[in-house]
Amino acid sequence: MLRSDRLRPRLGGYLVPIIAVIAALLIGAIILLRLGADPIEGFSALFSGAFGSTDALIGTALKATPLLLVGVGITIAFRANVINIGGEGQMVAGGLLATTTALVLPDVPTIIALPAVLLAGIVGGAIWGAIPGALKAYYGVNEILSTIMLNVVAVQLMAFLLRGVLIDPAEIERGTRIPQTKRLMESADLPSLFGSDRLHIGPLIAVLAAVGAYVLMWRTPLGFRIRSVGLSRDASRYAGVRVKRTIVLAMTLSGAMAGLAGAVLVFGSESHRMVTDGSTAGFTGSAGFNGIVAALFGGLHALWTIPASFLFGGLLVGGNAMQRAVQVPSALILALNGLVVVFVVSSDRLRRRLLSGGSEKAEERSSSGPDPGDGDPVSSGGGEP
Amino acid sequence: MSRLFTEAVLIGIVASGIRLAVPLLLASLGEMYGQRSGVLNLGVDGIMLLGAFSGYYLVLRTGNVWVGLVMGAFIGLLLGLASAVISVTLKAEQGISGIGVYLFGLGMSDLLFQKMVGTPIPISGFPDLDIPLLSDIPILGGMLFQHSAVIYMAFAAVPISLYVLNRTTFGMNIKAVGENPEAADSLGVSVTKIRYATVTIGGTFAGFAGGALAIDLGIFQQNLTNAAGFIAIALVYFGAWRPMGVMAGALLYGFVNALVLQLKTLGIISRGWSDISAMAPALITILALVIVARRFRQPAALTKPFTRGT
Repeated sequence: MLRSDRLRPRLGGYLVPIIAVIAALLIGAIILLRLGADPIEGFSALFSGAFGSTDALIGTALKATPLLLVGVGITIAFRANVINIGGEGQMVAGGLLATTTALVLPDVPTIIALPAVLLAGIVGGAIWGAIPGALKAYYGVNEILSTIMLNVVAVQLMAFLLRGVLIDPAEIERGTRIPQTKRLMESADLPSLFGSDRLHIGPLIAVLAAVGAYVLMWRTPLGFRIRSVGLSRDASRYAGVRVKRTIVLAMTLSGAMAGLAGAVLVFGSESHRMVTDGSTAGFTGSAGFNGIVAALFGGLHALWTIPASFLFGGLLVGGNAMQRAVQVPSALILALNGLVVVFVVSSDRLRRRLLSGGSEKAEERSSSGPDPGDGDPVSSGGGEP
Repeated sequence: MSRLFTEAVLIGIVASGIRLAVPLLLASLGEMYGQRSGVLNLGVDGIMLLGAFSGYYLVLRTGNVWVGLVMGAFIGLLLGLASAVISVTLKAEQGISGIGVYLFGLGMSDLLFQKMVGTPIPISGFPDLDIPLLSDIPILGGMLFQHSAVIYMAFAAVPISLYVLNRTTFGMNIKAVGENPEAADSLGVSVTKIRYATVTIGGTFAGFAGGALAIDLGIFQQNLTNAAGFIAIALVYFGAWRPMGVMAGALLYGFVNALVLQLKTLGIISRGWSDISAMAPALITILALVIVARRFRQPAALTKPFTRGT
């Protein structure tokens, strides 16, 4: 379905995502003008708020962390030709299982507590990813729809648990009943990095996960199988790959990454609690969707997703600075992210035609051709950064 | 429990279930046209949000709910046209480009609301239109015939869609293009034109649905639809790409939600259990997707862009 070789950054391919961002920013400038704000002032506030100081860079790194983790998961699923839109729900599931683990664990030292809660997050997300994976592989259920439905289920589950068994007893005593846990065990706090009081090891975990996913996808037989299933299910089947299991596995890994993002959000938060405002975005900050943007921008390549996440994390952080400077709500950034997605995937075929230097027909033939299976082929091999 | 089984409460559940089903029904019917012709538009929720904001805003400024509704539909039409350019002409990956449209609508509607309105100001909703005679029927009248005109319009769209799909040339062409675009093309049917039409129809329905939702609630807020657009897409699968099936799915959603709401209001279930019950429609949908995937076949060309001569 997803011809990721079209998105793979190489030669002129580098330009496509960059032009997409420039085009989105131009439209953003027009919107700013229409709203009576000075675009230059707005964008300079945005960029200095994102990258202009150590503090800004720390904020950007922290914002980029869940985007990168979700995005890395997206690269795995999309490469297997499985469209995982369930990052939001998988983050929530991971956050919930990690939080529950921290609440039931006795007071143990960091060396046990931290791996335990992170692993719980991974498991929670993995389960939430495995379900739609299995539904797709064994029952032919469209994964786009099942992951979206599971997002809805996850947010209700979060509300139920945080208002119920997981609620901070103090909230009940006070009668305020804010749906949040008590402050979770200190030994599970993400350790700080470079002695900073804000920066923790979350970004480091995310970068390590990206490197791990890169090795998995491009340096192991399993990664090869995942990509080959994405390329052509039938050919993989003839070659002896267990296609259904591979699809479930890809979705499980994808969910696991998002689940880890959820755990990092909870244990790296300033309040060290899990809180809900009743919406998914209230917990995830829409990272489940923005992670898709980062992964696409990174050409569905785990290592390229690192700078891509940093860029989009920066835009999201800088959006707040822009809001303060020119009084235009930071929701603009979300809208522009949407445009980036549209531009990247829309320009994709055009770019391939330009690269192949021929007509659309030639381009069609030069690609892997129609797949007699249930979808278009996904990726070609290669993809070295 | 006995409090539930009073006439007034039961009438209330059915009536509000029908009301809650309307935005889903409209958006879902519109999406069905696109999918029948082979285009999956995942941006419905974003289009609904922008339709909702523009509808709300116009009602706030003019005080006329119909102006707001038309504006919502018009914004939906423009976004539907844009979606058609993206997925038909530019042949973008449909599973992903729609997410872009969604994020755009989510961010843009919030941005415009904060900038142009700021604080949520309630607006007046649709006036009820009691159907003469029918609305006086005991019980049934209260359930079915004391609604606003929008609700009747939404349900009228079901037989109309049934007619369009099965009894008109346009409908036949839609289905041909969705099943076998090469064959349709060789018979002189323009795949591009048909798909542009269906995706634009879908956008118009989605914008209309969003406007109807905001005006019915009398309010706009960030992410007003709360993923209703995505549920609408799932309902197209749920209804196996048929108008009656889509309506059944939308009504099921409406009734379950109305029931949960009522149980909570009556204090029969706690807030916590209402959170659990609110999962029911999503879980039912997943179950329905499993059944539909086994028993029905999706339009053969769904999500596949068409290029002549390949």
